[in-house]
Amino acid sequence: MGVRIDESELPYSEEEMEASFARVGAVNDEMKAAGVWVFGGGLRPSDSATVVRVENGRAAMTDGPFAETKEQLGGFYVIEVDDLDAALTWAEKCAEACRVPIEVRPFDGIA
Amino acid sequence: MDLTEVYRAEYGRCVATLTRLLGDIGLAEEAVQDAFATAMTKWGEAPPSNPGAWIVTTARNRALDRLRRESTRDDRQAQAQLLAEPDEPQEVGPVRDDQLRMIFTCCHPALSPLAQTALTLRILGGLEVAEIARAYVVPEATISQRIVRAKKKIRDAGIPYRVPGSAELPDRLPPVLTVLYLVFNEGYASTSGELVRTDLTREAIRLARALAELMPDEPEVLGLLALLLLTEARRPARVGPDGELVVLAEQDRSRWDRQLIAEGHELVRRCLRRGRPGPYQLQAAINAVHTDGDATDWTQVLALYDQLLTHSPTPIVALNRAVAVAEVHGPEQALAAVDALDIPGYHLLPATRADLLARLGRTADAASAYGEAIALAGNDTERAFLETRRTALLSD
Repeated sequence: MGVRIDESELPYSEEEMEASFARVGAVNDEMKAAGVWVFGGGLRPSDSATVVRVENGRAAMTDGPFAETKEQLGGFYVIEVDDLDAALTWAEKCAEACRVPIEVRPFDGIA
Repeated sequence: MDLTEVYRAEYGRCVATLTRLLGDIGLAEEAVQDAFATAMTKWGEAPPSNPGAWIVTTARNRALDRLRRESTRDDRQAQAQLLAEPDEPQEVGPVRDDQLRMIFTCCHPALSPLAQTALTLRILGGLEVAEIARAYVVPEATISQRIVRAKKKIRDAGIPYRVPGSAELPDRLPPVLTVLYLVFNEGYASTSGELVRTDLTREAIRLARALAELMPDEPEVLGLLALLLLTEARRPARVGPDGELVVLAEQDRSRWDRQLIAEGHELVRRCLRRGRPGPYQLQAAINAVHTDGDATDWTQVLALYDQLLTHSPTPIVALNRAVAVAEVHGPEQALAAVDALDIPGYHLLPATRADLLARLGRTADAASAYGEAIALAGNDTERAFLETRRTALLSD
């Protein structure tokens, strides 16, 4: 589950952050207790991103994320559930806690 | 024997059962199509007494043969599942629960609305892609692409093949009802060309009947079925001898289908007894009033619209309510209600205004409102109807 944030709305106030941490923490605990949690975490803002490409056998680096849009991946959860409906139920709880949209996508095999 | 008819009636049920056995809609469809191809050569003049069971058994055996031939790892798993099924060919008939599972899978909210409708018509209605494309006036490639993409998403995203539990039902039932309603509506007032497409209305009613049989305790399901039946009942009177549109007030009530009306009224009474009104039940009740006795009791219709407006406060409901207001309180009050509405691109808004303005004697304003409505109307019959009204207005 990818957490989408609108970076143009950053930074959040300290109270907002604390309230959000408390809500998200509660859902995280719930997922762990239910045995679906694999791992999860928040990401630093996209200005800390670097894209690495290999062109003509040489690595080239560019500053910034893949796409320069205000909507960026703010963090993600990896959970293990039986089907989409179960994932959507957890996504709803996370979206409510984070107060931002969550994109749900299945893994195509895990290394 | 008419194989097309058997195909329409049995395709969805067979695919639904095979999907449960094979765990994949695509494989299930291939197997069922194979079985129908076999049926064409084997049935000859006399089809078996239970064609659905024959198709399911044949499709299952075909799928098994194919899996044995092509056996990859995933296939072996499906094969094991198939073999675990009891080998009593005569007993393997289409199962109703499978159909219900399929309706909920096709109308899963994770799929786009067009994909939901297209999948439902293709898989449960057994309509060909070309027929669906014609009904929705979109290129065939668009529909087939949507269907392919939707089936891929069902598989890749792990959309489960099951009837949602009662806790999820309040969220999951509405899209199913919406799809059936849209299919019916597209058939009843098609957005282009001819006025009525009976194939779509019949299909929507068939699916709504199946849903009502499967979920007899859901009043909104009964309400939807009643609404469709009561609307369908008036269809024979809705078009005049020259194919022109006839409005409710001018319809020859003797041409209404009494049997459908009786069935619809009985469903509405069942809903009333349950006492859990919802948008479809209320619309069905409105249609029950329209089809009760020799003339419509508009006071009752208005009261029902008031109730409907609190359930679904949409401008379309408000517009329909205004028509009832005109009958109960006069055109002036109705016009004030209509003028407060904004429904871009909807021809019935200016058409209703035109009618009210004409009744108020404001001929020039009415004519220009008819003009607006004519420009927006999508199907030929409705456009012709509006043109006749405008002509009549100006010649008076």
